Amino acid sequence: MDRPAGAMTPGQWMGRAVAILILAVFVLFFVVPLIWLVLAPTKTDRQLLLEAPFAFGDWETLAAKWTSLVTFQKGLIWTWIGNSAFYCVAALCITLIISIPAGYAMALTEFRGRKALLAATLIVMLVPSTALVLPIFLELSAVRLIGNPLAAILPFSFFPFGVYLTYIYFSTAVSRDLLDAARMDGANEFQVFWKIAMPLATPVIALVGFFNFTGNWNNYFLPYVTLPGRKAPIQVGLAELLSNVPAFNPTNAASTTISLSALALATLLAIAPVLIVFLFAQRYLVSGMTAGGTKE
Amino acid sequence: MGAAFVSLYTLFLLAFGVLPALYAIYLAFTTKGAFVGFDNFAKVFKDYRFWPAVEHVGIFLIVWLVMLVLFVVLLALLVHSIGIRWLSNSTRFIYYIPGALAGASSVMLWLFVLDPTVSPVAFMLKAFGFESLVSVVQVDRLPFVLAVIAFWTGAGGWIVVMYGALNNIPKEVLEAAKVDGAGPIRTAWSIQIPLMRKWIAYMVIMSFAGGTQLFVEPRVLSQASRGVVGQDYSLNQLAFLYAFKQSDFNGSAAISLMLLVVALALSVYFVFKGGLFERA
Repeated sequence: MDRPAGAMTPGQWMGRAVAILILAVFVLFFVVPLIWLVLAPTKTDRQLLLEAPFAFGDWETLAAKWTSLVTFQKGLIWTWIGNSAFYCVAALCITLIISIPAGYAMALTEFRGRKALLAATLIVMLVPSTALVLPIFLELSAVRLIGNPLAAILPFSFFPFGVYLTYIYFSTAVSRDLLDAARMDGANEFQVFWKIAMPLATPVIALVGFFNFTGNWNNYFLPYVTLPGRKAPIQVGLAELLSNVPAFNPTNAASTTISLSALALATLLAIAPVLIVFLFAQRYLVSGMTAGGTKE
Repeated sequence: MGAAFVSLYTLFLLAFGVLPALYAIYLAFTTKGAFVGFDNFAKVFKDYRFWPAVEHVGIFLIVWLVMLVLFVVLLALLVHSIGIRWLSNSTRFIYYIPGALAGASSVMLWLFVLDPTVSPVAFMLKAFGFESLVSVVQVDRLPFVLAVIAFWTGAGGWIVVMYGALNNIPKEVLEAAKVDGAGPIRTAWSIQIPLMRKWIAYMVIMSFAGGTQLFVEPRVLSQASRGVVGQDYSLNQLAFLYAFKQSDFNGSAAISLMLLVVALALSVYFVFKGGLFERA
């Protein structure tokens, strides 16, 4: 490999071919399951077993699967999706209301305990949220909140990573001088935050909102233990559906069952909101995550 | 005045960060409100399900972290070496998409992928001699299965982060290496990888802490594999069984506390020694 630059030697040519091959294999690894998932609901279970995995079935089958899924236990799937939407949107609002001012204050104001609060935020942010699920469950059951929507909404709203993002954003993008100028003009602290800092905060609000919403939508463990039964969000519901699929549970004798392809459709429905947000926010997010590196 | 802006957040930090941890400590060291020292821990250690669960999680972590470091670094380097901008961007984008499917939905999807009767890669599974989902998810193979699922959902995000780290390496440094006659492998090994070290450490520590928490993947697999994957496969599953099947909140808190201490220790170490948050 150690040859001077210039025309490609056979070694370099081989190297490049291997690189392209590896990249392509991983592209397949990451997308093949998704493509399969998108096509699966258009096929009957028989077709799933017998036909080529990437063949398109037909629209009638898709319609039939849709009907069987949405009529399953009188539209239970909509209850689950509705629950998810309710918990995640409510948590999103509370998260923004508590995180944006907190990050702002830690970045641009002085108060006692600022350093300690910042250190605590970093530490809790790096602890995986699942580590606190059972302790939070034990706490919530001590105050009898299990089964109450608040048992998901409140823990979902505690989002130290969002506070950290806001803190980083305000400490790099907004200067203290700007705020001091407003103070000189007689604005009080609340007006400085609302009239000067908030209008500049749109990008970080979007970023915090994105990570909070997608993380909560996909959260399984916490609502699984704190919100049982019909209060469950879609991720928990999806796993519940599994026990109604005869292919995975041959002993299941329930009268209404879910077919494999209807389960695939349910999975697709469950991820749809996050997937849509991902696709639209992608360009923006990748540039946001690698910001600072792309100054070319 | 700043204190007013952080008051709500501080309240949440106490209620859902500090207080649950303190309550778990209280529960772990008591039984029916009476202080019992380490009795709850001793009980958990003597549980025949505890050490196998530790072993399961341990093997999974080794397999997953090795896979993560090797392939994330390799793929980040390769994606970074793509000269055509749109191609490099869209490759990263494709690697990142599965991140949308964290949680139960990714396991659900992989149930299909790992079931040789419907899998899009059935030919590969059959080439290895697997005829059914149950034969794929045998316990000795499970660490690999779980690692592949976790890699599929999580690797893309890390590749994006590593790519950002690679972009931070000044162009002049790489040019100089080239002038000195270093090929791409040499450059990667002696310049790029050492400069990514901090981020690799970050990834390993975060993933280690997250990996010890294994819960949703073995739970859903357990449901789908007719019990081949046990309900007590991972430590969090065991803590869950203590709380929900045995109504033993003290035992459950003891397990949770051990996991929390591991995560907390890693996090504290990283915040104060890792150097990624020097700004703070």
